[in-house]
Amino acid sequence: MLAFASILDRKLLRDLWRIKGQAAAIIFVIAAGISLFVMSHGMMISLDETMRAYYERYRFADMYAPAKRAPDYIVEEISALPGVNDVEGRISGGGLVTLPEAPAPISARVMSFDPEAAAPINGVHLSEGRMISPTRQDEILLLKSFADAHGLAPGDSLSVTMNGVRHSFAIAGLALSPEFIYALPPGDFVVDDARFAALWLNEEAMEAAYDLDGAFNEAVLTFSPNANEEFLIAALDRILAPYGATGAYSRADQISNKFLVEELAQLSTMGRVMPPIFVAVSIFLLNIVVTRLVQTEREQIGLIKAFGYSNRDVAVHYLKFVLAIALGGALVGWGGGIWLGRMIGEIYRIYFHFPFLVFVADFSTLGIALAISALAAAAGAFFAVRSAVTLTPAVAMRPPAPPKFASGDGFMKTISGFLDQPSRMILRRLSRQPGRALLTAFGIGAAMGLSVMMRFNVNATDYMLDVSFNVVDRSDVFVSFVEPLSDKTVLELQSINGVTLVEPVRSTPVMFNHDRIEFLGGITGLPDKAALNRAVDTDLQDVDITGDGVVLSEQLAKILEIAPGDMLSVEVREGRRPTLEIPVTGIVESLIGTPAYMNMDALNRQLKEPNRVSGAYLKIDPRLRQEVYNEIKAIPKVAGVSLRREAYQNFEDMIDEGPGVFRHIMTVFSIIIAAGVVYNSARIAYIERERDLASLRVLGFTKIETGYVLLGELATLAIIALPIGSALGYLIWSYMAAALSTELYQIPVIYKEDGLGYAAIIVLLATAFAGAFIQRDVAKIDLASALKTRD
Amino acid sequence: MSESAVQTAPGKLAFRTSDLSKVYGEGPAAVHALRGVDLEIPSGELVVLLGPSGSGKSTLLNILGGIDRASSGQAYFQDDELTAMTDRRLTAYRRRHVGFVFQFYNLMPSLTAHENVDLVAEIATDPMPTMEALDLVGLTPRATHFPSELSGGEQQRVAIARAIAKNPTVLFCDEPTGALDSKTGVGVLKALQEVNTRLGTTTLIITHAAATAAMADRVIHFADGQIREVIENDHKVSPDEISW
Ligand SMILES: Nc1ncnc2c1ncn2[C@@H]1O[C@H](COP(=O)(O)OP(=O)(O)OP(=O)(O)O)[C@@H](O)[C@H]1O
Ligand SMILES: [Mg+2]
Repeated sequence: MLAFASILDRKLLRDLWRIKGQAAAIIFVIAAGISLFVMSHGMMISLDETMRAYYERYRFADMYAPAKRAPDYIVEEISALPGVNDVEGRISGGGLVTLPEAPAPISARVMSFDPEAAAPINGVHLSEGRMISPTRQDEILLLKSFADAHGLAPGDSLSVTMNGVRHSFAIAGLALSPEFIYALPPGDFVVDDARFAALWLNEEAMEAAYDLDGAFNEAVLTFSPNANEEFLIAALDRILAPYGATGAYSRADQISNKFLVEELAQLSTMGRVMPPIFVAVSIFLLNIVVTRLVQTEREQIGLIKAFGYSNRDVAVHYLKFVLAIALGGALVGWGGGIWLGRMIGEIYRIYFHFPFLVFVADFSTLGIALAISALAAAAGAFFAVRSAVTLTPAVAMRPPAPPKFASGDGFMKTISGFLDQPSRMILRRLSRQPGRALLTAFGIGAAMGLSVMMRFNVNATDYMLDVSFNVVDRSDVFVSFVEPLSDKTVLELQSINGVTLVEPVRSTPVMFNHDRIEFLGGITGLPDKAALNRAVDTDLQDVDITGDGVVLSEQLAKILEIAPGDMLSVEVREGRRPTLEIPVTGIVESLIGTPAYMNMDALNRQLKEPNRVSGAYLKIDPRLRQEVYNEIKAIPKVAGVSLRREAYQNFEDMIDEGPGVFRHIMTVFSIIIAAGVVYNSARIAYIERERDLASLRVLGFTKIETGYVLLGELATLAIIALPIGSALGYLIWSYMAAALSTELYQIPVIYKEDGLGYAAIIVLLATAFAGAFIQRDVAKIDLASALKTRD
Repeated sequence: MSESAVQTAPGKLAFRTSDLSKVYGEGPAAVHALRGVDLEIPSGELVVLLGPSGSGKSTLLNILGGIDRASSGQAYFQDDELTAMTDRRLTAYRRRHVGFVFQFYNLMPSLTAHENVDLVAEIATDPMPTMEALDLVGLTPRATHFPSELSGGEQQRVAIARAIAKNPTVLFCDEPTGALDSKTGVGVLKALQEVNTRLGTTTLIITHAAATAAMADRVIHFADGQIREVIENDHKVSPDEISW
């Protein structure tokens, strides 16, 4: 059979060339699905691999044990613990960076660093300038992301307040560190490079600044393979207890790592859930298109059979035909996916401040891509070829069986009465072959569904953002304090000219404990009738926190397996570090995170620290903004100032520039798929009717009138597709939202017409473009040859 | 030529049918295209089928050519019953023995004249060289042209070359000149007669041009799905003397 395949193969190549536009459109549709799959898969592996390599190369600590002041020799004792590979005692403290142009002091983390150590735990990647000198006390390494955000460079000086004393430092070099991949200002949940600084000084300088001569306040350690985390936490807490230990924690609870892992997990969920849907849709479309494409070859199939070619020869021929297209799609998709993966990987590298990116080009995805598209195409071709070869050649070769049209009854007759002849042709054709019409409409609808889904995705994010910044937090400025302060501070803030409203908050980090389930989190104490920062449930109703107990978010209650009425054990992680027993009085559904709310006074009573506040939300007069900032700068004990406007901006930037790129790509792909499908449907309709159209032209219809018969049909199908696409999009997004929601993030399904309108516009635009191409074909019909040659 | 050309010894029957019927559709809408056709066609003859439009000529030809199936009755090719053959055997029959020429040429638009002939020659057991087939219909200079670059008559001659290239035992032509002017048509008929006499190929030609009958060994008149009359022609003339 292969021996005489050569002529058929030549026909195959020429036929492929003849339908090159269509083939290209199909290739793009399948490539869109495949490349999304390959891209996210490759990117996921690469990011994981990069994180792992980064952590390993710079010896990112496995455990942290902070204390107030521990003598250096304790390090020996810690290193003797089983499971400890290496340990260092370092000095780590909070600080405030003052920049002339910044509206408020900026929180900083300052750490001791031994510039001469060969392979220190929590090493840094020096990206610019030079290492600090082991002897000079006025030199620092500065976190590169912060320096970049403010245009600081090696050689510049920086003013930092540590332990209440202001120092001026020379920046020796800029550094990246696995400890600060995520630069989160305290009290914020969005990365902000500009408002978080990390700096490294040599040990002498740190000892002097924090009065810790011959002592350290944080042990950082790495594990040996047999390490037992729980055992080590207990041991460290025991050893450091006399020195003011605040509780050891493992890498999993290290803030930057925690966010990075969470972010990667989300990306990976998205990468697991989204691409298969795109692949499924593009496969479905490939299937439809291939089926119809083969159907248009019916007469040729009959002819080949009349010559004595067997059914198998015919099947093999068309299988090759569709496989060529499908494999083209798979290869383009794979190559494109790798390319996109690299590009996106680079975007993420910059976003996460990785010093390098380990890109893993994964060839297993090539196999999967090829297999998926080959199977889909083969399945589509199989049914079409089978139905074509089961016809006797005489029937297959007969001119496309003129379907039996009826003038219609009742309803159809009534409408027809109002229509001109071409419109009647459209109507009759659609109603004659409703199955085919529906399938096409369904295909266009499925493509549109992807766009609808992407739009709903955007709506959900907008909604979360809106709830976070306009419903939950309506303040302009949030001021956090170094430690809980007396509520006189509130009065002090209130007295600032330009501050119109002050609302205190008392929040405290805690370890929740119920039935041996532990969860590190915090309790937020809000005043009665909070207005600037509220606790709301998913219906945006105020949560009732008037009682003495704690109200937990549903997610948190689930983690802790606790119900209202139960007692919750709470180890406070600050101040005297008491362990409290607090009744759970309510459970609310929360959109973001795992909050636990209490009445502020009730919380303070439990803590035996009446009238303390840990921060305050302010509403300010925009005209006096700068003055207010200056006043706040002057208040001691302010740990950080976060501006809601900036946070909002950061969030939007993140959505647009960081992980959001992924979404943009999917949006573009959903458009490509819609356009590809519409174009193909139009082309196939054209091929099926070329002779009819030629006849119309011969009968004296103009090009426009002739085109109308075809384009009117296309437009009608597109319009039928709109509700189908809307429904499919809604279904797909409901599924996705459920799949993307984690214990910490509930993704809402927000029904908004604009999502549908947006997708409808894409479909209609795609239809208009496809229509324009087809109208061009109609205009070019060669009447003579269309009527002369039969094929 | 080759053995296949002489395998049809004179006197033997190429086709025989008995009570052959074909019904399209069912119920009141049923169309009886063939109503009990009994027919014998000796090997090596050139037979012309005449009859009004819709009388069932194409239907008969398609059934004999193995590209359509009868509703009832029998049709034999030599000693094999076509009406009892499986799809696979029909395919083999077409492949080995049958050449078709259709009214609308039915060339593969994406293949050149030469390649269209190759398409069939490649699956034949004992084909003649493609150029020889094209030469027989006088199309050597047009071998590399695509169907869209050929005139109707030229396309039809490619179709004939394609049909004869495999050295078929039987050649079926459904209105081969239907779309051609008289002069071009004569050229096509000459090509057919050439094949018939030189290769001994049993040839069935459907035509509306009654004058064509003059070149046949046998003329079958069809009407209303039945054979009206069979006339054996003792005074065959050359196609050159035919016009319509
Ligand atoms: N697929 C079909 N379904 C229903 N009826 C058919 C079909 N094919 C042919 N017929 C009918 O069968 C009858 C015989 O058709 P056939 O094509 O054999 O006629 P013909 O003699 O070749 O006519 P013409 O000279 O016009 O080609 C006609 O009445 C035709 O309408
Ligand atoms: Mg006919």
